[in-house]
Amino acid sequence: MTSSPSHPTAPSRTALSRRGFIRGTGALSGSSLLSHAAQARADLKTQQARKAENDPARYVPRFFTAEEYRFLCHACERIFPEDENGPGALALAVPRFIDKQMQTPYGQGDLWYLHPPFGNGPPELGYQLPYGPQELYRRTIEPINTHCLMTYNALFADLTTTQQDEVLHKLEDGVLQFNDIPGAVFFEQLRTNTLEGAFADPLYGGNDAMGGWKMMGFPGARADFMDWVNQQGAPYPLGPVGMPPNVAPYGPDALHDEED
Amino acid sequence: MTDHVTPPKKPDVLIIGAGWAGSIMAKELTEAGLHVTMLERGHDHSTAVEGAYPESIDELRGAIRKRLFQKLARTSLTIRNHPTQTALPYRQLAAFLPGEGVGGAGLHWSGCHFRTTEDELRLRSVTQERYGRNFIPDGMFLQDYGVSYQELEPFFDKAEKVFGTAGEASSVRGQATGGGNIFAPDRSDHFPLPPLADTFSASLFRKAATEVGFHPYSMPAANASQPYTNPYGCQMGPCNFCGYCSGYDCYLYSKASPNVNILPALRQDKRFTLITQAQVLEILLDDDRKTATGVRYIDLTTQSEQTMQADLVILSAFQLHNVHLMLTSGIGQPYDPVTQTGVIGRNFTYQTITSSRVWLPKTHFTNQFVGAGGGGVAIDDINHPGLDRGKAGFIGGSPIWVNQAGTKPINAALSSGGKGAPRWGHAYKTAMIDQYRHSLSIDAHGSNMAYRDVYLDLDPTWRNAYGQPMLRMTFTWKENDIRMNQYAVQHIGQIAKAMGATKIALNSLQHGQNFDSRLYQTTHLNGGVIMGENPKTSAVNRYLQSWDVSNLFVIGSSAFPQGLGYNPTGLVAALAYWSAYHIRHTYLRNPGPMVTA
Repeated sequence: MTSSPSHPTAPSRTALSRRGFIRGTGALSGSSLLSHAAQARADLKTQQARKAENDPARYVPRFFTAEEYRFLCHACERIFPEDENGPGALALAVPRFIDKQMQTPYGQGDLWYLHPPFGNGPPELGYQLPYGPQELYRRTIEPINTHCLMTYNALFADLTTTQQDEVLHKLEDGVLQFNDIPGAVFFEQLRTNTLEGAFADPLYGGNDAMGGWKMMGFPGARADFMDWVNQQGAPYPLGPVGMPPNVAPYGPDALHDEED
Repeated sequence: MTDHVTPPKKPDVLIIGAGWAGSIMAKELTEAGLHVTMLERGHDHSTAVEGAYPESIDELRGAIRKRLFQKLARTSLTIRNHPTQTALPYRQLAAFLPGEGVGGAGLHWSGCHFRTTEDELRLRSVTQERYGRNFIPDGMFLQDYGVSYQELEPFFDKAEKVFGTAGEASSVRGQATGGGNIFAPDRSDHFPLPPLADTFSASLFRKAATEVGFHPYSMPAANASQPYTNPYGCQMGPCNFCGYCSGYDCYLYSKASPNVNILPALRQDKRFTLITQAQVLEILLDDDRKTATGVRYIDLTTQSEQTMQADLVILSAFQLHNVHLMLTSGIGQPYDPVTQTGVIGRNFTYQTITSSRVWLPKTHFTNQFVGAGGGGVAIDDINHPGLDRGKAGFIGGSPIWVNQAGTKPINAALSSGGKGAPRWGHAYKTAMIDQYRHSLSIDAHGSNMAYRDVYLDLDPTWRNAYGQPMLRMTFTWKENDIRMNQYAVQHIGQIAKAMGATKIALNSLQHGQNFDSRLYQTTHLNGGVIMGENPKTSAVNRYLQSWDVSNLFVIGSSAFPQGLGYNPTGLVAALAYWSAYHIRHTYLRNPGPMVTA
């Protein structure tokens, strides 16, 4: 994003003032070594704090209620499950991505033509509901949970994975309808946002540690393949880089998971 | 800032829309010494600002959230398949993606830069001559453009030099080169740049197509294969196959766009004024309704309504908007499918594209993220004039190609699965990753004919944010075009086998299949303000001058009577240069109708 405070050409005010502070203390103590060590310790502390804040497991949703978010975590993971291929939606922080997207103009429906009147027609004529993504989630998750309570005597999140898949199939196939929202419309919204969250730049809160890209063999924001136009079908050798601040090191090491 | 200039009180020329057509017309008419003001509804766009790396290559913000595309919240259109249905609004961008802002669709295009076949410009005449009048199905509005390939050739050539197009000629001034597309008509000159390199997938297609007996050639691409300076002094850098062409604003200055290839020269001309965020609502007419006096527009920065006068008006918005503005301005008779009279909205066409998929052995990585939007290898064996349509049983044609333009992961994931295969869960995930790593797609990119009951008019119910009725599209697939597509796709199977495919998923249109507005097809929309020789069946004459209002020219793919087999931009640019040439050399000396009705 153009306004990213950590853009390399636009150092943030805090970074500048911290450097100023360190320079000042260094001059006072007369030991630049000490100031370097102090800075390293300070950086580590900031890093740990940021890591805790960014821990997907500890993320507190801003749009979804706790119960909605619990549904979302379980539903996303069934759509994109962890398996031998690699991480699933939860490990990739997809629910966090979706919660963050709900707080954008997209989430509010500002990217869609939502003027009345609203009519029904054949599916080929496209989406015809008066709701943006936020509204679609808000109006559907609770009725799905009610359906699960009536059918299985438990909320969606507490069902077995087999039962969860059953419910998702019923949504996808349009067997379920919640007021004016066909299950299939909700399912497509959920599937779309889940896959977006697995593969969008980590900047948006999903694709944690670029795990989605690594799994796909997509090199992220490298965007320079002058030397790889045609290598007779050899796999591309470099791992992904994200947009700042998620740039991983170059070289073959980048193929393997590393701490970030 | 162009947003806040004080526009001249009365420019000589008003141009509506800052895409390829508008920018070409602006350049040509300022060169002629005229004062030109160009009105654009969206924001300005430049490579140095929002086109810069890395922000410009963000898939979520770009192709997924549609950064460079029309903001539907303000205005959309309605769609139906058949005239008996109630059309419903196109509420989410999907099947087609009109641009918004300076550069228009010319900023987010891929860069496939074709000419036309000689036949396509006089398709009705050619079809009648070869196969007889009865070969044209009932209800098909087959028409000639009123301009020939030979007449357009210098303008195709000019556009290629401005766009820095990379390609290989087959025949130059009657001399065969031994390369290129052997079916292509003669050219006055070579392409300004040599063709782009083949990706791995394109190289396999080239080899296999040759083995099967077809005639592969490098697709002409307005993606620079070398550093290039165009006749306007605008510079392009060599394409590095980053794969962010379609849906993006090339951060390397490699993909031709009005923003890179024309506007840098225009912006230095004092006779040129660009006003952005100016949404034109109406072309104003004199009392006799035969002369345009100017336009009425909303300045979106102040939400105030403005009028501006000019001697000459150029309507060069996107195809849909050209038709819409003609209808809302009451210029030309709207088409009526019942009486089959009227011209505005008539001959609305699209493009029949289907993508088939080929899987290679697990040892072969197609690295689908590598790509150039206009690059690839094509065959014209199902598109060239010599193909016996009488035997094949359809009118039209379809190039077939591997155009690896750079597939990004969100798009790859969203489009994987379906047609019986799971679209989520473990099996989906495994198949999706395998498909991304080891497969490639082969497209049948074909023509689309015009029909009596396929057209554009104004919707009776839905309105845009400015209170105007929105455009209504009545469109579906027709038998002739479905047959043509199926015929082309059969040949993809042969090539795929020769490529060593481990699995092939052929995809063609099916009889009875309706157009589905939810699935991305292409933004190649045509017609509705078509050119021709007869004012009863065309809206503009062969110079793209309105038959009804002689100081109005309507430029763009809205002028095409049929949808081409190739991509439309090359013809849009050539027609703009053709029209501009005749405005400069004929119209300006003696304003008035250039063709007697």
